[in-house]
Amino acid sequence: MTALLALDAVVKDYASEAGTFRALHGVTVSVEKGEFMAIMGPSGSGKSTLMNIIGCLDTPTDGHYRFEGTDTATLSEGQLARLRNDGIGFVFQQFNLLPRLSALANVALPMVYSGVPRAEREARAQALLASVGLGDKPKSRPSQLSGGQQQRVAVARSLANNPELLLADEPTGALDTKTGIEVLALFRALNEDKGVTVVIVTHDPEVAKATNRVVRIQDGLVFYDGPPTDAALFGHAEVAA
Amino acid sequence: MIATMLAEAWSALIANRLRSALTMLGMIIGVAAVILMLAIGGGVQKQVQESIAGLGSNLLIVTAGSGRQGGIFGGAGTGASLRIDDADAIARLDNVVAAAPSTSVPAQAVAGPANWATNVTGSVPAYFLVNEWTVEDGRIFTDREERAGARVAVLGQTTADKLFGANDPLGQMVRIKGISFTIIGLLEKRGQGFGGQDRDDVIVVPLTTALRLLQGNFFRRSIRTISVSVASAEALDPVTDDINALLRRKHRLRPGDQDDFQVANLTAITDTLTTTTSAISLLLAAIGSISLVVGGIGIMNIMLVSVTERTREIGIRMAIGASRAAVRLQFLLEALMLSLIGCGVGVAVGTGLAMLAGGAVGFATDVTPFAVTIAFAVSASIGIFFGWWPATRAAKLSPIEALRS
Ligand SMILES: Nc1ncnc2c1ncn2[C@@H]1O[C@H](COP(=O)(O)OP(=O)(O)OP(=O)(O)O)[C@@H](O)[C@H]1O
Ligand SMILES: [Mg+2]
Repeated sequence: MTALLALDAVVKDYASEAGTFRALHGVTVSVEKGEFMAIMGPSGSGKSTLMNIIGCLDTPTDGHYRFEGTDTATLSEGQLARLRNDGIGFVFQQFNLLPRLSALANVALPMVYSGVPRAEREARAQALLASVGLGDKPKSRPSQLSGGQQQRVAVARSLANNPELLLADEPTGALDTKTGIEVLALFRALNEDKGVTVVIVTHDPEVAKATNRVVRIQDGLVFYDGPPTDAALFGHAEVAA
Repeated sequence: MIATMLAEAWSALIANRLRSALTMLGMIIGVAAVILMLAIGGGVQKQVQESIAGLGSNLLIVTAGSGRQGGIFGGAGTGASLRIDDADAIARLDNVVAAAPSTSVPAQAVAGPANWATNVTGSVPAYFLVNEWTVEDGRIFTDREERAGARVAVLGQTTADKLFGANDPLGQMVRIKGISFTIIGLLEKRGQGFGGQDRDDVIVVPLTTALRLLQGNFFRRSIRTISVSVASAEALDPVTDDINALLRRKHRLRPGDQDDFQVANLTAITDTLTTTTSAISLLLAAIGSISLVVGGIGIMNIMLVSVTERTREIGIRMAIGASRAAVRLQFLLEALMLSLIGCGVGVAVGTGLAMLAGGAVGFATDVTPFAVTIAFAVSASIGIFFGWWPATRAAKLSPIEALRS
């Protein structure tokens, strides 16, 4: 069976005035359907860079990224947009909600782009809001919601089109411990009940500990890939054999 | 999806109310200018057409006296003025339906306590035929009355109104230069002429009567104009030539002598006028269109600013699956909405101004459905044309770079 996603020697260079900077030095990782995993690593190690490539927001400078066996380099702009729309749900560290839209409209927005009729998408958006515990706040603007509430709206939005893959870049970074745990529990439930593959970038060992697999990145290279042992979580692990 | 995007475009404009309103102002002024210009041009054209319609078709007007170039007039006794028998001779030409000699003197008309300065035209019954003018009430005088020099008069509506007000003028008397005339007819209304003169301010009496009693030069039988009705438009030019030849012969003009009469082809004049007025209204509309283009550039400017400001929003939309086409459509819709709302307001403002202007200059301005349709079509094109570039810029952003901004 082909992996849900497979990164093969992925390199990412950033061009700047000071020349090019290599953020990823050849990352090879593959993730099966239904996995629940964490990406860890020090600040600046390339975690977000990796997530953006996995989320089809950015493209590798070199190497290949296959989603469900298809090399994403061969996909057209429209196909990539389609993939971002209903194949992959992205939860950002900074929420990235549209400030002018209500919570309900934010959650419904991906369904606008996938052409779901209005009545249906509003009903579904309302159900998603309820599932993240915000069924009573459909009309609130992001500015009227707390950080945790905004992050839950973002999670609801990422689930709008039933994606197979949920990517979360430091989803609990801006939240207090308690709300962090709630959001995490939400991911766990999605993974267990609906079989959604979940990849979380985190600095928090507690968060990583709750997953089944940890990938540690350092200086743009995979430094550890395996179960969430204490050594892996706290960064003392050697490169996996 | 379109409905949702329209709603979103609307809320984006509302979010920047003042800016949107100022941007629309450019379109409003442009559209109002075009509507106003077309309305004025159309009004002028309509007026010209009405004047033409009141002229009678295929009409030639022969007037006495040559052009006064050099200050030289034909000497006395050389037949410098038109005579009634000239009209009779013209009437016998091929393709001439009728030729009506007429003369006209300004005079004070008195009826009971009322008096009014007007023009008294003396002519023959054919005058009404040639000018396609009929009575609304009563009758015109007959050939017999004309030849007999009967003291009867036919009144234009303005004159009747000034002299008799609401009373029926038929059968009443009107005194002109001390002579009493019985009013036998009331002419239908004709409205304004080319120069804006009131063509209903007139009294028509038999030519013989006018020459004998009002002008006092009966023996010379000299008249001012001969109105000639020609059978068809094609015959206008040949008949003009025939009249020239005929009158030169009758007036015994030698080759090289200047004409002592002029033949005017009113159809040619009105054609020129029609062409001129439509050219003028086109020119006016073109001037208005320049402000429309300026308005369109304003929209482009604001849309570019908007795209820059909302780069992050664009990134978010792309990250959750908006295609480039959808992003482009969103910004195009906003530009289109700006231009079309601006157009709607502009049409209203332009119509209002046209009505004001019409009241000020005293003729009907004319806001046609055609002008409004054109305004909307042009505004939509401007919205799309000037929205395209900013929208394409938005659509070309890379999702990750837009998100990072
Ligand atoms: N657009 C960019 N242009 C140039 N360099 C970049 C760009 N984005 C990231 N980098 C560099 O690439 C490296 C990896 O960045 P990345 O954001 O992936 O780190 P990270 O692991 O997510 O860090 P953090 O935990 O702080 O979020 C960093 O050194 C960063 O400076
Ligand atoms: Mg990061």
